[in-house]
Amino acid sequence: MKYTFAVGIGGAAGQGVATPGNIFAKIFARRGLHLFAYNAYQSIIRGGHTFLTIRTGPEEVTNHGDRIDLLIPLNQDCMDRHLDLLGPGAAVIYNSDSIQPNNPPDGVRLCPLSARQLSASSRNKVEQNTLAVAASLSMMGVGFQTLEEILSQQFKKKGDAVVEENISGARSAYQYATEHFEPFPTALPRTENGYAVVTGNMALAMGGAAAGVKFYCAYPMSPSTGVLHWMAAHARKAGIMVRQVEDEIGVINMAIGAAHTGVRTMCATSGGGFALMTEGLGMSAMIETPVVVINVQRAGPSTGVPTKTEQGDLWQMLGAGLGDYPRIIAAPLDIPDCFKLTTEMHNLADRFQCPGIILSDLLLSEGHASVDPKDLDFNVPIDRGELITSPNGNGEPYKRYLITESGISPRAIPGLPGYVHTVATDEHMEDGVLISDEFTDPVKRRAMMEKRQRKVAGIEAAVPPPWLTGPADADVTLIGWGSTKGVIEEAAEILTAEGITTNQLQIRWLVPLNGDTITGILKESRRTIIVENNYSGQFARYLRSETSFVPDGHIRKYDGEPFMPHHIVEAVKDQLAGRTTLSVPAHEIRV
Amino acid sequence: MAAVIETQVALTVADFKGKVDPDWCPGCGDFGVLAALKAALADLNIAPHEAVTISGIGCSSNLPGFINTYGMHTLHGRALAVATGVKLANHDLHVIVTGGDGDGFGIGGNHFLHTMRRNVDLLYVAMDNQIYGLTTGQCSPTSRLGMKTKSTPFGSVEGPINPIVLALAAGATFIARGFSGEPKHLTELMKQGIRHKGFSFIDVFSPCVTYNLDNTYPWFKQRVRKLESDSSYDPTNWDAAMEKAQMWGDEIPIGKFFERTDIPALDEAEPVLDVGGPLAHRRVGIPAELARQFVEELM
Repeated sequence: MKYTFAVGIGGAAGQGVATPGNIFAKIFARRGLHLFAYNAYQSIIRGGHTFLTIRTGPEEVTNHGDRIDLLIPLNQDCMDRHLDLLGPGAAVIYNSDSIQPNNPPDGVRLCPLSARQLSASSRNKVEQNTLAVAASLSMMGVGFQTLEEILSQQFKKKGDAVVEENISGARSAYQYATEHFEPFPTALPRTENGYAVVTGNMALAMGGAAAGVKFYCAYPMSPSTGVLHWMAAHARKAGIMVRQVEDEIGVINMAIGAAHTGVRTMCATSGGGFALMTEGLGMSAMIETPVVVINVQRAGPSTGVPTKTEQGDLWQMLGAGLGDYPRIIAAPLDIPDCFKLTTEMHNLADRFQCPGIILSDLLLSEGHASVDPKDLDFNVPIDRGELITSPNGNGEPYKRYLITESGISPRAIPGLPGYVHTVATDEHMEDGVLISDEFTDPVKRRAMMEKRQRKVAGIEAAVPPPWLTGPADADVTLIGWGSTKGVIEEAAEILTAEGITTNQLQIRWLVPLNGDTITGILKESRRTIIVENNYSGQFARYLRSETSFVPDGHIRKYDGEPFMPHHIVEAVKDQLAGRTTLSVPAHEIRV
Repeated sequence: MAAVIETQVALTVADFKGKVDPDWCPGCGDFGVLAALKAALADLNIAPHEAVTISGIGCSSNLPGFINTYGMHTLHGRALAVATGVKLANHDLHVIVTGGDGDGFGIGGNHFLHTMRRNVDLLYVAMDNQIYGLTTGQCSPTSRLGMKTKSTPFGSVEGPINPIVLALAAGATFIARGFSGEPKHLTELMKQGIRHKGFSFIDVFSPCVTYNLDNTYPWFKQRVRKLESDSSYDPTNWDAAMEKAQMWGDEIPIGKFFERTDIPALDEAEPVLDVGGPLAHRRVGIPAELARQFVEELM
């Protein structure tokens, strides 16, 4: 198996878990290492228990893994929750002034630091974090200079005295660790690569900017708010109008107003906010105005678990809004794909003049990953579809909803001379005039319904089918969708290494589904297991409804925490041994 | 109809005739509102392609189909949110929102409040008939206490909201009340409202001749008094406006209650629109150097 190293940092919210996390992320990325970070936290500003796992390695790291190599508990609670779960070779660095360990498992090293002794000016608890980071770097074989640079940047705003205080404290902890603690057997590697550290939400926002979004609006809702934050921070430079709206109903309607007027538009929310948007989504389809909506899923139903992940909104997306209408739904496969998919979705929504939904989740959106800058190339293809942007010179009457073979009618934006028309959410004729009131006409209603639905064939042709990764004749085929790509990939590697050859079919485009391709692949598979982060097997039920395909087994998780590779590995083994066809792995870590 | 306006010839009401004639009940107050709006646009010489008329759902919200401007007939209660998006995407457009009291003060109440607070530059004409008409006669947010309707057969026990007071409290920068039985007066108010840079609200008494037998044309005709005929009334005085706004009974004021011009409209306050013209006309994409900076800050 490839080399990875994982650091776990935990404490109460407000204790400064993020700061050492960011320092590690910077150090790893600057050494040319990949990383993936997942923060388990709660909906509380101060208190509770926050646990950040940051895993690094020279090759791509796609999930937070199964193992903590270095634990940094910032309080007793974190020590108590996590010490028992460590395995041989792991180390714990902690402030011995305030934290006491219980008996550690065999092979786990305790590395106590006395913040009081090491730091002449340990006035606050953030200092212990810095000391722990410094000691860690010594044990990981990373030179002190890297940390010195980062601390200088970090504390620059607070003045030279604070910078000096932190660096001198850090240096004494580094030296203490060098003298007293055995280093890890493998020093942290280094490569020539350079990576950006990006969250899924940042990638979604940047993807929108690259696609030419000029209007972004939202109502704050975890875990989607990071998109709003990136947009708001970069709006002026990027020339993007960013609005915080009174509610998600206002959001979708404002977005559609802007989109109808000719700008590329995007909004992001989570499941509850999306529920408020559903009527608006139907309007987008009915007046044929493209809009891109991001739903960052969290654990439901209702307010649910706001800070926990789930893939529980698939059916809400499939059924959003009344009536039948064309829609495009896709789930990004990893953090870089949040960027790529967003750029693709804007082109499709514009081409087919219908809503496009991006189904992210907390795991991707709030997770951090190292991303090759090449995968954040803003120079992306732009296809605005059949958009009319210059005046109608010949005086021909304009039919906004012209019946065409493709179902797509050329779209003129308000303000253009010669194309004056009214769009309506009521059923209408080709010129936009209502047929729903006194002129109802079943023939025309049918023609308009069929015109809109004809776009579906075009969308199907525009969307690539999924593909199988790994050996074609594997013992097991794991099927997932969206954010589970990385963890399934790693589980498949582990299983294959243990003699159970495993391949993977990961679904990105949900609507259209490419059902024929999927069933074509799966009917060749020996044993099919669908892995998803929800209770009822939403994708399994969808796949069955579209294709009649029924898999051999299911692995589901709905406790709020994402899958770890061993959850899937053990479940597959259970199923191969005939113990069950529905595995629900227990999450061992109490966060 | 779709002819290009090539020369600066004066526009007439005929230029704003829609593709179809209104399907409102004969005698409906909404006819007067539509006529006043066409006259206002013609008088201000705003070409049909320079204006967007946006509505929600309801009898009065059918209006965009009956007028020759760009139009959007959106969702029940959502016209102001859609209109905000339209205005910010292209602030060169004249945006007019029309709709009823149920649409604007009931289901759309939240957007009403926040559009006023934001001072979005548009004219909002509420065609207020104190009843739900298209759903065949139920109580509305402006129905009087005790009013008997299909949903309140024994009389409403809920008091009405006062849209003028609400608008004053929410920070609207142009607030007026019209009556469709006073078409010239209404046209003048609409012209002022369109010219006003900021959120302009006109609550128009637009009687429902089918379902509201309380608030009829004769009922309003006896009661309405024009603020303009009182030379001492100062529409820049918010306190005076608040006092007038609460008058109801034998005398009901119509006209301009309040206007202030010292607050920038949202499109003026938003720095993204300072240079570069309307968003709708700007080049799509991010310059390479800026894109490089955005990635660089994450390294």
